[in-house]
Amino acid sequence: MRISIDKDVCIGAGLCALTAPEVFTQDDDGFGELVPGREDGAGNPLVGEAARGCPVQAIEVSP
Amino acid sequence: MTEAVAFPQDRTCPYHPPAAYDPLREARPLSRVTLYDGRSVWIVTGHAAARRLLADQRLSTDSTREAFPLPSERFATVRSRRRAALLGVDDPEHNVQRRMLIPSFSLKRTADLRPRIQRTVDGLLDAMAEQGPPAELVSAFALPVPSIVICDLLGVPYADHDFFEAQSRRLLRGPTAEDTEDARDRLEGYLGDLVERKRDKPGDGVLDDLIEQQLAQGRIDKQELIELATILLVAGHETTANMISLGTYTLLRHPEQLAELKADPSLMATAVEELLRFLSIADGMLRVATEDIDVEGTTIRADDGVIFSTSVINRDTAAYAEPDTLDWHRSARHHLAFGFGIHQCLGQNLARAEMEIALRTLFERLPGLRLAAPAEEIPFKPGDTIQGMLELPVTW
Repeated sequence: MRISIDKDVCIGAGLCALTAPEVFTQDDDGFGELVPGREDGAGNPLVGEAARGCPVQAIEVSP
Repeated sequence: MTEAVAFPQDRTCPYHPPAAYDPLREARPLSRVTLYDGRSVWIVTGHAAARRLLADQRLSTDSTREAFPLPSERFATVRSRRRAALLGVDDPEHNVQRRMLIPSFSLKRTADLRPRIQRTVDGLLDAMAEQGPPAELVSAFALPVPSIVICDLLGVPYADHDFFEAQSRRLLRGPTAEDTEDARDRLEGYLGDLVERKRDKPGDGVLDDLIEQQLAQGRIDKQELIELATILLVAGHETTANMISLGTYTLLRHPEQLAELKADPSLMATAVEELLRFLSIADGMLRVATEDIDVEGTTIRADDGVIFSTSVINRDTAAYAEPDTLDWHRSARHHLAFGFGIHQCLGQNLARAEMEIALRTLFERLPGLRLAAPAEEIPFKPGDTIQGMLELPVTW
């Protein structure tokens, strides 16, 4: 699995980090980023939920 | 297709959508409503369609567009002349404003505020316990909690709270257009003076950061800064105050769910999400179509008004089983109480933290809390503004 976050689109709602904190976090400016070492989603079942919850569809998940 | 349901209407029970919206619930995902001036506009009531449309940038939030739908005469007068910062601005301009503020409302900044929120809540409950019972919970607790916190965060002196709370009330509830416009001018005058004082003597609030990093660098002018400060101050206390007052009333009217929450406080975070979904206090998000948009076999035409009824959307049976039941064990995730798309609430995580700490501590400190008046007689806000209790007499 490959996850990418478009920081130009991100509005810093933080829902990804609330939904799947093992995989998503926020950088110092409040924009979404992946937890180091978890860029492949680490098999977390909530990754899809987090992507679906993003209000601006900034998260792309590819198999 | 439903005929001529008027929008907005007052709730019959403060925590349920107005009974008069029942035909809209039957006619998902979108139907028509009539505004105060007789204009017919779309109302989006389906959860999936609302998510799609709120993320669609062919819908504009710019209230100065001629075809923009406005829900009452006072808003029509005021907002057709001047749009609000952030909320009334489309991308790309909106994106520039929002990005200035995102770092100040990040999860980390919000987490750092938790001890201060807790101290604020504890202090207010100490004072209430000393003076009561009984107490009026809106003025003693629900309003001061977010008001103190947003003052702290922005760098606005809380000593001025009587002034800005009163002007916020007039700004949101009128009753006349003159009240609303006058309240906005007074708030802007006050914040303009504050900006000048801060230029001489900077503090450590979000407004000070904006002065130093944006205004002093010429990225925004003073009027834009004042407009941003106005919306942060008003949205930062009115909405959360309503969630705390109406949330408390709702819990007291649902003794089984309240008992469950008291027995297991770890349910509080999910309970807050469920209360956000269930109460949907910002009921009626407004947009105008800038182009034709096809949705579910219907075409929204350019210049059509589009309103999102969050109270109806968040009770879509296609998204939530038994949506009229308050249930801590459902996943209320994906509710649209904070909106969706680029305008989704900037302060949502601060609001979550405030609600969680306020409601948990209130029932810990005063486990015997109950209404001090017959439930049906306690007044709540009319349908044309953010929903919440006007007052909440309690005892313990």
